[in-house]
Amino acid sequence: MQTIFDLWQIAKKDLLEFRRDRLRLITFFIMPIFMMIMVGFIFPNQNSIKNISIGVVNQDNQSVSQGLVESIIDLKLSGDNPAFVVKDYSNIEAIKDGIKKQEISGGLFIPSDFSTKIAQSEQTEVTVVEDQSNPQISQMVNQVLVKIIDGFSGQLGQQKINQILVGRASANTSAQSIMAPIQAKLIGIIPGNPNYFEFVAPGIMAMIVMTAVLTGLAASISREKEQGTLDGILISPINRLAIILGKALSQSIRGLIQGAIVLLLAFFLFGVTVHGSLLLVALLLILGIFSFVGLGILVSAIATEQETATQLLFMFQFPMLFLSGVFFPILMMPSIMQKIAHVIPLTYAITALRKVMVLGAGFGAVRTEFLILLIFGVVTLTISVPVFKRVITK
Amino acid sequence: MENIIEVKNLTKKFGHFTAVDNVSFNIRKKEIFGFLGPNGAGKSTTIRMLTTLLRPTSGDATIASHDVVKKQDQVRKHIGLVAEKIILYDHLTARENLEFFGRLFHLPKDEIKRRSEKWIGKLHMTEWLNAQVGTFSTGMKQRINIVRALLTEPDILFLDEPTLGLDPQTTHMIRGFIRELNNQGVSVLLTTHDMLEAEELSDRIAIIDHGKIAASDTVENLKKRAQKENPTLEDVFLAITGKEIRDVTNGRVATRGHMHGPIRANNRVR
Ligand SMILES: Nc1ncnc2c1ncn2[C@@H]1O[C@H](COP(=O)(O)OP(=O)(O)OP(=O)(O)O)[C@@H](O)[C@H]1O
Ligand SMILES: [Mg+2]
Repeated sequence: MQTIFDLWQIAKKDLLEFRRDRLRLITFFIMPIFMMIMVGFIFPNQNSIKNISIGVVNQDNQSVSQGLVESIIDLKLSGDNPAFVVKDYSNIEAIKDGIKKQEISGGLFIPSDFSTKIAQSEQTEVTVVEDQSNPQISQMVNQVLVKIIDGFSGQLGQQKINQILVGRASANTSAQSIMAPIQAKLIGIIPGNPNYFEFVAPGIMAMIVMTAVLTGLAASISREKEQGTLDGILISPINRLAIILGKALSQSIRGLIQGAIVLLLAFFLFGVTVHGSLLLVALLLILGIFSFVGLGILVSAIATEQETATQLLFMFQFPMLFLSGVFFPILMMPSIMQKIAHVIPLTYAITALRKVMVLGAGFGAVRTEFLILLIFGVVTLTISVPVFKRVITK
Repeated sequence: MENIIEVKNLTKKFGHFTAVDNVSFNIRKKEIFGFLGPNGAGKSTTIRMLTTLLRPTSGDATIASHDVVKKQDQVRKHIGLVAEKIILYDHLTARENLEFFGRLFHLPKDEIKRRSEKWIGKLHMTEWLNAQVGTFSTGMKQRINIVRALLTEPDILFLDEPTLGLDPQTTHMIRGFIRELNNQGVSVLLTTHDMLEAEELSDRIAIIDHGKIAASDTVENLKKRAQKENPTLEDVFLAITGKEIRDVTNGRVATRGHMHGPIRANNRVR
């Protein structure tokens, strides 16, 4: 009980100090905003598709296929800007050449039998050519093109059905030609997520929160060591555990505030919606922080100076950023890297957050991650707290 | 007379370097004990061990009969510390600082108020209580820092160079304050590089050099050791510790051509 009172004194003092420190306060708010905006620009969403050159080969050139091309030309995704600037090409090889020369960021090939097949109520196929040198853009382009084609195809299907219903078309039309008269075939595509930003957002949030807590904790302790104020605390009869837990608490509160900022930004700026429970998201963040606190304590116990602490932590953080699946799915990594990824607690926090935020998963689906994070926290704390106690009075 | 502090064969090693070497001395109740020595002699290290901040490598020390290693919590109740670095948070007001440190000793709010107001008036800091410490001059900070150290109503006050970097006015005020505290029964361990200050305040003086006690006596008796007419304490100090400068180079302190173990180069900055 006394320990709880003591640790609260420490946490309260830390938060008050922090609130008064204008510079630290500014960076505290700027950092997540900056990160989100940066990531938002590097990884485009559909809104960023405008004036993108694509090549079109229309070997059919009948009214139906011209209609398809027109609907591509007319498409606007961001304001009044056309999404695509369509350039004509003579054949699929010419499109591939165009992509290689980076004249266009993708292409569409409509075969010569396109209209005929539709007229004969057969299914027909168009080909979307992808620019694999630029996966982020081409993924977006592909999605949009396929959507247009599907929509167009749907309209044709409706017309067909109407014709059947009024008896103008023969009833022995194939089901396929009604359901999907035009089949879009993607070539050279890595299957991707519907919105890359939705994939990245939970990772960014977890990363910002956890690194902030980690560096914040170590910096806070080493700053007090350097300035000598830690002696003022150590000379009091309060439990050493209360000191470190109080500091961890104030850092966690700060981390959660930052997490909330990231979430709000993701929601208002980038249209990311949380499909699962917000409470579960908060709980996972707290647990993620818990899994990291031990490491933070260990580093701050070992490092005598603030700078050493920061550098030591950077060594952990840098590989963590790439291996924990913030930016790419872990399944896409080589198997050794995958194994490393699985000893990083951030990986589990991100996986769980992603399940909840993107897929709307409930507690049951993240139970394993929950447990692993808990174990991580307990193990690192049982190691680091005695080390801290020992080191603090050399 | 009873001793408030008893130190016996106290030693502190940092790696192979012996910062405090087999030091023994006693401080009597209600006395001001001057603890002098050149830079790097081991004064602060000794104070850190006595105030439970550093674990001795060997030897014993007791404060009010409580062992500084085994009875840390008992010891902490009896001591106040003004360390080399000012123990206050710049972003907190003087009042908030005092409240925070008071709370660490589990003092109720009104008790903290009562205890600090007693000293704050004497040190002329009343009107600055609600200003942030970061806006204070060194002298103002040190005055609040002393009040902080007195929150526990200590039996023994450790003052590690309390007047360093202060103007003559503040120095004068603080010296008077130390004497007044002492008159009220507080024992004081004082380190300073100001020989006049040491002479003016101390009942007894110990001189430590290279981690060892080189002399320990009253000012009067120490002066008899200097082979000089009407010696000052400075004459005595130089006679005992020699005139070589303690140079800190590349993490080692060099004196008399010898090299002594690794040390921190930032040993003397404020
Ligand atoms: N944590 C530490 N690690 C290694 N060496 C240390 C440490 N603390 C102190 N020392 C070294 O121990 C020696 C004694 O230091 P101490 O601070 O006690 O000297 P001092 O007598 O207080 O000197 P000053 O008058 O400069 O304050 C110095 O050489 C110092 O560099
Ligand atoms: Mg010193």
